[in-house]
Amino acid sequence: MTHGEDEAHITVLPPDKEKIKKLWTVAGILGIVTAIEFLIAFTMHAGPLKTAIFIGLTIVKAGYIVGEFMHLRYEVKVLFWSILIPMIFVVWMLVAFVYEGITIADGRL
Amino acid sequence: MSSTTTVAPGRSEWDGGVSPMGVSYGKLMMWFFLLSDAFTFSALLVTYGLVRSSHKAYEGAVDAFQFSQAYWPIPEKVFEAVPFLHGISAPLVFVGIMTFILIMSSVTMVLAVEAGHRMDRKAVEKWMLWTILGGLAFLGCQAWEWAHFIHGAEAGDAVAEGTTFFGANLAHNQYGPPDFAAFFFFITGFHGFHVFSGVCLNFLIYYNTVMGTYDQRGHYEMVEKVGLYWHFVDLVWVFVFTFFYLV
Repeated sequence: MTHGEDEAHITVLPPDKEKIKKLWTVAGILGIVTAIEFLIAFTMHAGPLKTAIFIGLTIVKAGYIVGEFMHLRYEVKVLFWSILIPMIFVVWMLVAFVYEGITIADGRL
Repeated sequence: MSSTTTVAPGRSEWDGGVSPMGVSYGKLMMWFFLLSDAFTFSALLVTYGLVRSSHKAYEGAVDAFQFSQAYWPIPEKVFEAVPFLHGISAPLVFVGIMTFILIMSSVTMVLAVEAGHRMDRKAVEKWMLWTILGGLAFLGCQAWEWAHFIHGAEAGDAVAEGTTFFGANLAHNQYGPPDFAAFFFFITGFHGFHVFSGVCLNFLIYYNTVMGTYDQRGHYEMVEKVGLYWHFVDLVWVFVFTFFYLV
C-alpha cells in the first residue's frame, strides 16, 4: 500500500475567503427573495400581477442557483446556450398549455 | 482549461482532440442528464398548469374559503399545518421551513465543492455531512407533509351528496378536485425521490472522500458532478414551491 506516501504529496490550499463570502452572499439573496415571496403571498390579492411577480422572483432565484451554485455563468458560451435555449422552448410550452387550459375553462373548446 | 488549447491551422475545435465545451466528459454528461431531467419535471408542471387553469378558480374572499369539489383550492388554505402546533393555522410556514432547509443544504454542497478544489479532505467531509443532514431533514419534513395530507384535517368534506371524506388518495380528496391530490403526489413525490437519490449519491461521495479515493485520484471532480445534481434538486424545488404552493 502506497496510501500514506500518496497523501504526503497532497498540498492543501487555504480557504478562498473571498469566494466563500460570495457564496454566502448568494445564499443570503436566495433567503431574502424567499422572504419577499412570503410577504407578497399574504399581502397581495390574487391576480395576474401577483402571479407575474412570483414567476419573476422564481426566475431570479433560479438564475442565482444555476449561474452561481452550478457555475454555469462562468462556463464556455457554447455550454451555457446549449442548456438555456432548450429551456426557453419549455417556457413557451408552459404558456401555450396554460392558455389552452383557460380556453377549456371558458367552455370555448 | 482545454478551451484555451491551441487548435492546429485549418482545423476546427470541433474536429476532435480538444473539449469545445471546456468541461470534462463526465461533467458535460451530467449537464445533459440534468437538462433531460428538467424536461421531465417541466412536463409535470406544464400538465399541472393545463389542468389547474382548466378548472374553475375560487373567486370569493380568502377568509371565507371552504374546500369544495367545484373549484381548485387555494394552496395556503390546504398547507397550513406545522408539526407540534396542532390546530393552529400557519399557512405555508412548514413549506417555508422545508425551502430554507434545501437552500441551506445547497450552500453546504457548494462549500464542499470549494473545499474539493483545495484538496482539503477534512473540509469536504464536514460539508458533505451537513449536506446529507439537510437532505435527510427535508425528506423527514416531506414524510410528515404527506402523512398530514393523506390523513386530512379536523373536518372532512363532501365528495358527493351526503358523504364525508377525510384526507386524500389518488381517487378522492377533501381539498378539491381529484386532480389536485394526484398532482400533489406525483410532483412532490417525484421531487422527493430525486432528493432521496441525491442523499444516496452524497453519502457515496462522503464515503469515497473518507476512504481517500479522491486524494489518490488527485482531484475531487466527483464532488462537483454530484454537486450539480444536488443543486438541480434544489432548483426544481424552487419551481415546485412557486407553482404548487404560492400561485
